[in-house]
Amino acid sequence: MKHHTSHFALLLALAVSLGVSLCSSQLDDYYLDIMLNVGINVILAVSLNLVNGHTGQFSLGHAAFMAVGAYGSSMVTLEMGASMMRVLGGAGPVAESVTFLVALLVGGVSAAVCGWIVGMPSLRLRGDYLAIVTLGFNEIIRVVLQNTNGDGPFGGALGLKGIPAYTSFFWVFATAAIAIYTIGALVNSTYGRGFLAVRDDEIAGESMGINTTRYKVLAFVIGSFFAGLAGGLYAHLRTTISPEGFNFLKSVDVVVMVILGGMGSTVGVIVAAVVLTVLNEFLRDFEQYRMIVFSLLLIVMMIVRPQGLLPAGLFQRRKRA
Amino acid sequence: MQGQRYEPFAHHFPLSQFLQQLLNGLFLGSIYALIALGYTMVYGVLRFINFAHGDVFMLGAFTGLYLHKLLGPMMAMMPWPVAMLVILLLAMIICAAAGILIEFLAYRPLRDKPRLNVLITAIGVSLLLEYTAQLVFGATQQPFPVIIPKGNIGGLGGLTVTITQVIVLVTAVVLMIALRFIVMKTKLGMAMRALSLNPTASALMGVNNSVVISFTFGLGSALAAAGGILYASLYPSIEPFMGVLPGLKAFVAAVLGGIGNIPGAALGGLIIGVTETLVAGYSDTLGIPSGYRDGVAFVILILILLFKPSGLLGKAEREKV
Repeated sequence: MKHHTSHFALLLALAVSLGVSLCSSQLDDYYLDIMLNVGINVILAVSLNLVNGHTGQFSLGHAAFMAVGAYGSSMVTLEMGASMMRVLGGAGPVAESVTFLVALLVGGVSAAVCGWIVGMPSLRLRGDYLAIVTLGFNEIIRVVLQNTNGDGPFGGALGLKGIPAYTSFFWVFATAAIAIYTIGALVNSTYGRGFLAVRDDEIAGESMGINTTRYKVLAFVIGSFFAGLAGGLYAHLRTTISPEGFNFLKSVDVVVMVILGGMGSTVGVIVAAVVLTVLNEFLRDFEQYRMIVFSLLLIVMMIVRPQGLLPAGLFQRRKRA
Repeated sequence: MQGQRYEPFAHHFPLSQFLQQLLNGLFLGSIYALIALGYTMVYGVLRFINFAHGDVFMLGAFTGLYLHKLLGPMMAMMPWPVAMLVILLLAMIICAAAGILIEFLAYRPLRDKPRLNVLITAIGVSLLLEYTAQLVFGATQQPFPVIIPKGNIGGLGGLTVTITQVIVLVTAVVLMIALRFIVMKTKLGMAMRALSLNPTASALMGVNNSVVISFTFGLGSALAAAGGILYASLYPSIEPFMGVLPGLKAFVAAVLGGIGNIPGAALGGLIIGVTETLVAGYSDTLGIPSGYRDGVAFVILILILLFKPSGLLGKAEREKV
């Protein structure tokens, strides 16, 4: 029964996003832009929630995987886009969609591979190491991209320009729906209990025969994959990307969404992503106070309400009865 | 900023160039070692990574700057070693108080909570210090006053060593010897060692764990403040985010030496400093941009986590239920 409901919800979400996308030209550009930002942040928050919430690890470098996805997908559309279009029978909506889909997947898979490389050594150990390694990875990606040749495929410190604006309402919200569905289904499956076991008590889980490292790495790779997709969507929405756009603060933004919403609570995290994105937009004038408020929020939340504003149990109680 | 690193005729004398880089690395490494000691001591007693440690380092540099402004006329009357010592000691005391305050307000309420919560709080404290500093001190780079006279020390063949570098090294070594004395010979030091071995047993033996933890934070923060002033004397330009990279590198140094191990942290700091300087100095020969010097520490971190997570001098620790 539960399965049918979630399948149905996924299809409905896809249909609605396609429908809205078709009439998105009617929407005000400014609000459409905010909505697309909300969608991308929802993907980021939900994917980070798989790592930080459900699996109880702590990644501080989500923006780095977003950067890998953004650069990976942009390179596909910029370098290979034209020839792919030719093979697919000239420019047109179908050829564009196929090219974009391939680009997004390339971005997502490269982010996932990076996630594996970063996660493999650090996830064998306790949580704090992942935080430092991902933080370091975030810096390395930025430094490496900035030091690339300005004429080369990565564009150096100035980044990439002239990326085709393929991202539409449909692409963003379809990806968001798929991310929410996939991660939700994964966590609720037998397999997904492994993630929760790692979070709740790693030693007990291990002594019950759960390969905790494997679960942690898997969660991290899937989280990185979706962050890569979000990066691809972001690149093809903004049409210009630079290494500075994916700095540590971007990662902190996502972390704040997850913690405010409630680690491990998908609904809470989505609500937090929506609210914080919209708030950020309207509080642009108070930029210098934003991070002070965010950091105070992190401290106060941990002391007063570590489970988040909308914790997971809030929505599950009815099911258990 | 780092003029003495590339002396004009160095490439005619490859060996002397190597020795020069080695020396430069040693000076930088002694500062990393000072910061790393704070990480490792706090990890020893509380088993968590104090993310805000790098920002106490920044706070130390700014305290030095403002002390110099405040005491300017008095400073001019004193001989420079006295003036330097006054600034150094005052800044160390102020930052020790700041460290104790941070522990009391942010970490103490979480003493019995999951480690992840403390980690998130520490990130919050770190961001709070950085952005408050940005608001108070301004975001621009500020010149650090000359508290150690400029000039070279002669009679070293082709090698260039400034007075500042020598003072930095001497101060760092004196502080490390003082720390060694405190930890090994005093009662509080013995309590620190007892606490890091087994908190419950040490409490049962009459050690007031809270006092020892406060003392550890104070000691670590004082060393970080000294590191901040020495670093600012070597690279005399300070800004609110100056603590992030040295802090991360010092953390890597602590892990490299074996986190929780005090001589290990000093050794790790020296290794990181020397490796980083050598990579930057030979970047042309190695064929990589010198901007990658900041990546060196993270490569070392990944390698150490892969091959010897307990560090060079650390003992492997089994987690017990």
